[in-house]
Amino acid sequence: MATSEVVHAHAAPQGFIRKYVFSLDHKVIGLQYFFLALTAVWVGMILSLFMRIHMVWPNADLPLIGHIQPEAYLSLVTMHGTIMVFFVLTTAPQGGFGNYFLPIQIGAPDMAFPVLNMLSFWTTFVAFVVMIAAFFVTGGAPLHGWTGYPPLSAIQSAGPGEGLGADLWITSIALFCGASLMGALNFITTTLDLRAKGMTLMRMPLTVWSWFITAILGLLAFGVLLSAGILLLMDRNLGTSFYVPLGTVNGQLTAHRGGSPLLWQHLFWFFGHPEVYIAILPGMGVASQLLSTFSRKPIFGYRAMVYAMLAIGFLGFMVWGHHMFMSGMSPYSAFAFSILTMSIGVPSAIKTFNWLGTIWKGRVRFHTPMLFAIGFVSLFVSGGLSGPFLAQPTLDIPLHDTAFVVGHFHLIMGVAAIFGIFAATYYWVPKMFGRMMSESLGRIHFWFTFIGTYSIFMPMHYLGMAGQPRRYSQFTEVAYLQHLIPLNRVMTYAAVITIAAQLIFVINLFWSILKGQKATDNPWEATTLEWTTATPPPHDNFGGHTPVVHNGPYEYGVPGAARDFVMQTDPAASPSPAH
Amino acid sequence: MATVTPNLAVKYPRTRDSGGGVPPSYGGGGDGNPGDTNDSSDYRERLRRARLGLIVGLTAVVMMFVGFTSALLFRKGLPSLDPQTNTYTRDWVPINLPWALLAVNTAVLLASSVTMELARRDIGRQVALAPVKSIPGISLGDERRFPWLGSTVVLGLGFLVGQFLVWRVLREHHFFVYSGPSSSFAYLLFGTHAVHLAGGVIALIYAAATSLLHRTVEARRIVIDVAGLYWHFMALLWIYIFALLLIAR
Repeated sequence: MATSEVVHAHAAPQGFIRKYVFSLDHKVIGLQYFFLALTAVWVGMILSLFMRIHMVWPNADLPLIGHIQPEAYLSLVTMHGTIMVFFVLTTAPQGGFGNYFLPIQIGAPDMAFPVLNMLSFWTTFVAFVVMIAAFFVTGGAPLHGWTGYPPLSAIQSAGPGEGLGADLWITSIALFCGASLMGALNFITTTLDLRAKGMTLMRMPLTVWSWFITAILGLLAFGVLLSAGILLLMDRNLGTSFYVPLGTVNGQLTAHRGGSPLLWQHLFWFFGHPEVYIAILPGMGVASQLLSTFSRKPIFGYRAMVYAMLAIGFLGFMVWGHHMFMSGMSPYSAFAFSILTMSIGVPSAIKTFNWLGTIWKGRVRFHTPMLFAIGFVSLFVSGGLSGPFLAQPTLDIPLHDTAFVVGHFHLIMGVAAIFGIFAATYYWVPKMFGRMMSESLGRIHFWFTFIGTYSIFMPMHYLGMAGQPRRYSQFTEVAYLQHLIPLNRVMTYAAVITIAAQLIFVINLFWSILKGQKATDNPWEATTLEWTTATPPPHDNFGGHTPVVHNGPYEYGVPGAARDFVMQTDPAASPSPAH
Repeated sequence: MATVTPNLAVKYPRTRDSGGGVPPSYGGGGDGNPGDTNDSSDYRERLRRARLGLIVGLTAVVMMFVGFTSALLFRKGLPSLDPQTNTYTRDWVPINLPWALLAVNTAVLLASSVTMELARRDIGRQVALAPVKSIPGISLGDERRFPWLGSTVVLGLGFLVGQFLVWRVLREHHFFVYSGPSSSFAYLLFGTHAVHLAGGVIALIYAAATSLLHRTVEARRIVIDVAGLYWHFMALLWIYIFALLLIAR
C-alpha cells in the first residue's frame, strides 16, 4: 500500500525514466493513458476494417491476415470489442483526461496517491500487452466475444482460440480490473479530499463530477467482474463447474456438470451495464463543459445535471437483466428490468434538454471542440432513442443478436464516447502541449467523422430489422439477405473513408504538438482552474501557490462583469441586487 | 439575477485550516521526504487521506466477495441434469470442513487483530508523545516496548499455516477443488481470503521496516494505522466467510 507516499512529497524528477516513464506526475500518467488509448484505438479500428471488408468480400485476401476463416472472424469480433471497450473507451476519457485534469480542475497539486496512480497505468499497460499477445499464441485470439459467454469461453477445447488465447484474454481483463480499481480509489479520494479552498462539491466542473461518478461505478463494478473472471479461470484450468453444465464438446463428454452459463451472464452484466456508463459519463461531462464554454452561457440546470448523472449511475446497477431477456428469465423479472431500463430515459432526457437549453440563444463559437460536443449530443440522441426499443422484451426478442443492437450500442457507447474524447482532445491539447490544433484540419476531420459514422451505423438499424444477424462470419450466400448486400457494401465504403479520415486527426495532433500555433494560458476564455495556470502546467500544477475558488464553474455572460466570463478564482462578484 | 449556476455563499470544505487567507497545507513543497515536516496538520490530513483511501479500496474487496456470495447462493440452488436418470437433481453435497481446526485458526486471527490494535494504539501514543520527547533533557523512559507488530505478523503467518493444514485435511478426505460445487467454493473463498491476508502481512512487514528506515514516527503511524484497519477488515471478512460456509454449506 502506497500510504506513506503523499501528495507532492516528490520533487520534480530529473532523469528521463523518472520523468516520462515511471512518472508519479498525474499529468504525465494522463498522457501515458492517452497515448496507450490512441495506440489501442488504431488496433481496434483496423480489426473493424477487416471485419467490414470480410462481410462484403468474404473471399478477399487481406494484408497481414490473408483470407479470413470463420474462426478468425470471431477472433476479430472478440478483440475489436474488448480492445475498444476496455483500452479505449475506459482508458482514454477516465485514465487519460480524468488523470490529467481532475486534480487541476479541483485545484490539487496531484492525485491523492501518486504511486498507486503510476501502478495503475503500468498495470493497464501490461494488461494491453497480454491482450495483444493473445493474437500470437497457438490457436490465436479467443472467439467468445467481448462478453465471454461460457461454455464457449470456459472450455479449452471449444475452439482454436479458446486455449491459451482465452487464458491470456481473461488474465488481461483481470489485470485491467485491478488497474481500474486502483484508479477509481485514487479518483474518489482525490475528489473528496484534495479540493482547493472554496471548491465546494457544487462548484466542481461537470467534468469532475462525471469522472467522480465514473470512478464510483468502476469501484463497484470491476470487483464483480474480477470475481467472475476468477471463477472462469477456475472452470477453465482447475476443473470446477461454476458455469459449465453437463454436455459434450466436439462429441466428447466433458468433466464438467451442474454449472450454469447464466451465472456468468448475471455477474458479467452486473459489471457490463455500468461499464457502458463508465464509457459515456466522461463524455457527458466534457460535452456539458464545452457547450457552456463555447455558447458563452452558464450550463442550463447545473444541479439537475449532477443529479441526472448520479441517477444514471445508480440506475445503471439495476438493469443488467435487459441483456438477458433471451435467457428464459421469468416474464416478471423481465418486466421489472424493462421498466427500470426505460426509466434511465428520464435522466438522459434531462441531460439532453439541458444541453439544448445551454446552447439556446447562446453566442455560439463553432470551434472544433464545440463541433464535436454538438456531435456528441447528436449521437447520444440518435443512439439513445433505440434504447427504449431494446428495453422492451417483446421488441428485444426479435431484435436480439441482430445488426440493430450493433447499431444501437455503437452509436451511443462507441461513437458518442469517441466524440467526447475528440472534443476533449481538441479542447485540452492547447493546455497539455501549449500549442493549438489546426482549426481547418479539425473541421475537415469532424465532418468526415460525423457523416461517416452515421453512414456506417444508422443503416445497421434497418439491417437488424430486416433480419441480418450479428457475429455471423459470412452471409453473402444467404438468400433472404441478398438485397441487403449493396447497403452493406456502402457501409464498408463509409468505414474505409471514415478510418482514412482519422489520419487527418493523427497528423493534426502530432503536427500541432510539434509545430502548432503557440497557445495562450486561456485560449478558449474558459473559467475553470486549468485555465488559470501556465501552459503547459508546471510540475505542481499551480507554480507554488494554491488557488482559492470563489465562483461556480460556468459563470459566462455575467451581467455587470468586466468580461463575458468570470474565472473560478476571480474575486466573488458582488451579490446581485435584490429584486 | 446573475446566473443560472448556483450562486452559493462561500463555503469552505469542512476540514481545512480555519482563518482566511491561509492556504491549505497539503502539498507542503517537494522536499522529497514525506516524513520530514513539522506540520502536524499536514500529517493529520495525510492520515485521514490514507484512511479514506483504504475505506474506498475495501469497498472494491467487498464487491468482489459480494460477487462470490451471489455466485454461491445461485449455484447452490441450481438443479443439475443427472445423465443416468435424465432427471434434475441437486448436486450440492455439503462439505465436511475440519471445523475444530478452523476454529483454532479463527482464534489465532482474532488474537492477531487484538495485537494489531495494540500496535496501532502504541504508535498513536508515540506520535502524541513525540513533541514532549523532543524537548532536550526530557526522557520518558519506557523505551523498550512489547513487539505488538511482530506478534501480529507471527500470528498472521500462523493463520496462513493453519489454512494450509485445512487444505491438507481436505485433500486427505478427497475434497478437491473440482470435487463438487461446495468444495470449489470453499477453496475459492479460503484462497482469495488467504491472498488478501498475505497482502496484509506484507504491509505489516513494510510497516516494521519503516522503523528501520529512520522514517519519522508520523510516517510510520500512517502505515501502521492503515495496515491495522486493513487487518481488522480481514478478520471481519474471515468471520463472514466462516459463517457463510457454516450456514450455506
